[in-house]
Amino acid sequence: MKVKVLCRNPDDYVRETTKDIQRVPRNYDPSLHPFEVPREYTRALNATKLERVFAKPFLASLDGHRDGVNCMAKHPKSLSTLLSGSCDGEVKVWNLTKRECVRTLQAHEGFVRGMCPRFCGTSFFTVGDDKTIKQWKMEAPGYGEEEEPLNTILGKAVYTGIDHHWKEGVFATCGQQVDIWDEQRSSPIRSFTWGVDSFSCVRFNPVEAELLASCASDRSIVLYDMREATPLKKVVMKLRSNTLCWNPMEAFNFTCANEDYNLYTFDMRNLDTPVTVHMDHVSAVLDVDYSPTGREFVSASFDKSIRIFPKDKGHSREVYHTKRMQHVICVKWSSDNKYILSGSDEMNIRLWKANASEKLGVLSPREKAALNYSQKLKEKFQHHPQIRRIARHRHLPKAIYSQGKELRVMKEARRRKERNVRKHSKPGSVPVVTEKEKHVVTVVK
Amino acid sequence: MAKKRKVVKSESAHKKSSNGLTADHKVDYDDEEELLRTDETIISASEDEGGSDDERKHRKLLDAISSLDGKKRRKLAERSEASAQVSEFSISAEGTGDKITLSDLIGTIEQSPSVVTKTKKQLKNLQSRHDTLELPLSRQQTEKIQREVAYSKTAKEVSRWHSVVVQNQKAEQLVFPLNQEPSGPKRVEQVVAGWKAQTPLEQEIFTLLHMNKQPVNDPVLTPMEEASLKAMSLEEAKIRRAELQKARVLQSYYEAKAKREKKIKSKKYHKVLKKAKRKEFLKEFEELRKTDPAAALEELQKMELSRMEERMSLKHQNSGKWAKSKAIMAKYDHEARKAMQQQLEMNKELTQKLVVPSENDEEEGPEEATDLPDFVNEAQPTADPSNPWMMGKLTAEPVEPGEGAAAELLAGGAEQQEKQVDGDEEEDEDMEETLLREFEERRKLRQSEDGGVVPVMSVEREETVDERGAKATAGDISEDEEEEEEEVSQFNSLFQKLVEKEQETTVEKASKEKESVEEREEPALLDEGLERLRTLEDVELLSKDTSTDVSEPAAQSAATTGSEGTADAAASQASKKKKKKKKKMIDCNEVLTKEAKVIKVPLAPTAIEEEEENEEEQKMIIKEAFAGDDVVSDFLKDKRKQEEAGKPKVVDLTLPGWGEWGGVGLKPSRKKRRRFRVKVAPPPPRRDEKLPNVIISEKRNSSIALHQVSQLPFPFENPAQFESSIHMPIGHTWNTQRTVQKLTAPKVVTQLGAIIEPIAREDFIKGKTQAATGKLPDIELSGSKGKGPQRGHRDPQKKGNLKHSQLKKRKNKRQQKQQQQQANTPA
Repeated sequence: MKVKVLCRNPDDYVRETTKDIQRVPRNYDPSLHPFEVPREYTRALNATKLERVFAKPFLASLDGHRDGVNCMAKHPKSLSTLLSGSCDGEVKVWNLTKRECVRTLQAHEGFVRGMCPRFCGTSFFTVGDDKTIKQWKMEAPGYGEEEEPLNTILGKAVYTGIDHHWKEGVFATCGQQVDIWDEQRSSPIRSFTWGVDSFSCVRFNPVEAELLASCASDRSIVLYDMREATPLKKVVMKLRSNTLCWNPMEAFNFTCANEDYNLYTFDMRNLDTPVTVHMDHVSAVLDVDYSPTGREFVSASFDKSIRIFPKDKGHSREVYHTKRMQHVICVKWSSDNKYILSGSDEMNIRLWKANASEKLGVLSPREKAALNYSQKLKEKFQHHPQIRRIARHRHLPKAIYSQGKELRVMKEARRRKERNVRKHSKPGSVPVVTEKEKHVVTVVK
Repeated sequence: MAKKRKVVKSESAHKKSSNGLTADHKVDYDDEEELLRTDETIISASEDEGGSDDERKHRKLLDAISSLDGKKRRKLAERSEASAQVSEFSISAEGTGDKITLSDLIGTIEQSPSVVTKTKKQLKNLQSRHDTLELPLSRQQTEKIQREVAYSKTAKEVSRWHSVVVQNQKAEQLVFPLNQEPSGPKRVEQVVAGWKAQTPLEQEIFTLLHMNKQPVNDPVLTPMEEASLKAMSLEEAKIRRAELQKARVLQSYYEAKAKREKKIKSKKYHKVLKKAKRKEFLKEFEELRKTDPAAALEELQKMELSRMEERMSLKHQNSGKWAKSKAIMAKYDHEARKAMQQQLEMNKELTQKLVVPSENDEEEGPEEATDLPDFVNEAQPTADPSNPWMMGKLTAEPVEPGEGAAAELLAGGAEQQEKQVDGDEEEDEDMEETLLREFEERRKLRQSEDGGVVPVMSVEREETVDERGAKATAGDISEDEEEEEEEVSQFNSLFQKLVEKEQETTVEKASKEKESVEEREEPALLDEGLERLRTLEDVELLSKDTSTDVSEPAAQSAATTGSEGTADAAASQASKKKKKKKKKMIDCNEVLTKEAKVIKVPLAPTAIEEEEENEEEQKMIIKEAFAGDDVVSDFLKDKRKQEEAGKPKVVDLTLPGWGEWGGVGLKPSRKKRRRFRVKVAPPPPRRDEKLPNVIISEKRNSSIALHQVSQLPFPFENPAQFESSIHMPIGHTWNTQRTVQKLTAPKVVTQLGAIIEPIAREDFIKGKTQAATGKLPDIELSGSKGKGPQRGHRDPQKKGNLKHSQLKKRKNKRQQKQQQQQANTPA
């Protein structure tokens, strides 16, 4: 015998608190919800439009420097602290939440060429045009105390860059040669030379911490291993690379900012061709920094704009510029993956959102869900022409726009010429050189 | 070499300086000339290191020059000379000209007898070789080699990250920071697992714990506990309990039986029992002979011994006390005579030499008496309460109400028939038999119920055995036809009893209509094999299908037991079995064909289709080749058709019944129809209106095309793929909340205000070593799961895999169970 009992579980209909939303039973029968594709398309279109509407990436401008900002450094332990060095030898420490300068110190005479914090965040190092390396405390000196460096090392030549090891008390400087220093000693524990007279940048690998790479003025990028007596390898490119940055999530990939308006992502195991060529800038690229997730990087250019590139895409997904921003010299991506900081010629440091239309602050779960949904919709319909058109639309200053157009024309002309040459010469005598292969001259072992 | 060159350089430098000097101070020209010459000779003979007196002259000259100048010059020459004198190979170059040859050295060795001949030989070999050592590589080259080695090493080291990078790229979701510790209170296990002994006291305790094999890192289980856990899962425990229960029940049953049997005073019963035992023994012997000839021989010897004993003794001769008394009685008493006869027969039998196959056709009844109810032997792994034991009882129950009458009937019938065979049938024997029969019947019921589970194989085996028996029996003709009859009737009655509930057929009818029963048996046997394959509805239908289902095992057993009998009976049975076999084979075929169909179906039609297509193609080709005259008219027709289709149609919006009478057969008035007929505005003229030779499709809507994707985007391989991706909605309007969450999960999740550190080598290596050693904690702790660099992943497939493996396990278990059942079902 079957006994049928009507049963309702109160969990199904009773709210936990009165502030909860009423539970609405839903019928997911597809016939009751027709036109799913058009409806979602509309939603995607709206989401894309809203994204553009809310795309206001500029957050703040930090002014206070009395000369162009030449270098910046992130604090490794504090998100709200930023260090910046300017062309008049001044170093400023900023509080980003308050958007104000908390400390100023005259570190060098002439340029502050480079600066880096210690991995623990207790002190930082600066190098300047006065041939010195100085170590400073992160905290401001107490009342009445003088601003003095912890350590000063006087070198023989100008140091143009400095970077600190990610785990040990070791740092590297570059100038006429690449030197590895122990923090406790006043002379380098190792120096690397390889027939080059000047380096512009040296960077430690954040993952394989013993590796470093440097950009030299002879258009080459040189790789080193701190444990070895000799450099590892060198790749010579058509034009000079200004800076480079290692991918913090992929130990063997780095991206260099080149004078030929492009950025190149290399796999250090295969330097013959770059993995990706990132083009969009219309002038020399001066600085590059990876997002801490390793998925994207930001580049600063002489063309007064900064661009954000996905690490595996050839073109940028975003370009930031303002009327007042001049040549951008240095750029950093904050270590919570949310902000971008750029220092430029006209003495300002600017704070940007990494995602132009992102809503800042804490989101409620429903907001989050809605954002996720609209994000997915945008992804889903990204190939539809109308949506793509809106999503891709960016405003550019006239200078950049016309320069870009000109570059395109030039490139097209070059291509056409090459094609014609190939057409009118013996088959095989003019080989096809891909864009990737074009920019690497040689790899020196 | 390098040093030598340096020397040369310095010398040439001197020469330069000297030249300069000659230009300034004009001194002894001749001398100068000479010097120059000597200088030249030095340069030219730089490799030979020049003559020593040349050097001397040179020095002299230099001294002279320096004295001329008046100033003290640096004595570079001295240094160079020193270096010139010190040869590279640190042999003092006193006389640089005379080299030491190997032979000089060897000469001294040869003079001294103490040196081993072996070294001498080696030296001689060395002397004979004339190749020189290679020049050491230049600094550039060595550095290059060093660089290459270092680079390859580093590249290899860095390549360890490759898998991690690829994994991260493929991950559906990455949560940053990667090595996030779950917030909130930790579990005790995690806390304890993370803890390590640090102070000496703690370490001491630790070692103690280790000695006692207490769990240290994983606060889990001692080896003992582990073993016990492994040994017994809940299911196994249940099975074991059931087995134990069964064993206990069996024991009590046997005890009761033994007690009962002990109480029985009937000689006849014991006689029958003995006979049955003997028969059993014979049967076993037969088996043994087939399987293990050696053991059988031993048995035979034993039998021979018993025969000898019998011959020696007078046990079954007519010389005993009992025999003599019987002999006296025999004159008048039929039974006594019979008893005597039997004894004599026994004697004869015992003294006869044993021919085994002829012996096994004996009566069956008593054997059954000793037959154990088979189901008790089965170790049933089923954990459900309806285990075989219970089932046996339950199935017996419905019979019980009718048992009184049926049993009586049965007993009566059996008695009658047995009385026909041998008159002295006693009551207690009957009781015993009925009891035994009851068990037998239960067993059969069990079998019939098991039939569903018992695979075809076992049935087949049974049959083959049967057939063998039939073959064996078919050869020799023995006497007891009636006994056989009795057997059959018994089982018929039994099965009738079972069927009674459903069908009202009498025992007599069943017993009489032997053939009909046999006819009925055939489908039943077949059904047994097939029952498993049927659907549930089929099973239900089958149960309605009168007797066949339930009775078949009984009938089958009847067939097996009744395989001995008269020639014709045996023959008939053989034929029956053949039929069975045939049917069986047909079944097999059916099964096979079914399977074959499954395999073949997808193959055959495709081939045919292809052929058809080919044919069509060919036809088309032929058509194209030969027809072509009316292409123009076809085209015109096509175009007209398109035009017609493009024309707007008049829309009739008339609603019957509005404003007038409506109903069947009534049409709205013409006026109304005219009024509600809507003419649509003519479409814009066709684009191919004035192009006689062109059809331009109007289907392409430019306003929609603006919103359509014109070319296939990158990751998709065909338009269908892309379309399907678009067609699947992801919103909460169409999906449940969980699904929406899954579908809209962002690829990268970051935490507000958390610093994302670069991926760490330590984590990665730790994870790797753990994976390499394969040492995992005994019990997977959910907290410690996410170690290693992949901690950030949320892999949705992982869950699926786990489920899958669990399913597999379950499946395996089920299979094992089935196997056990197979093993336990009686053959």
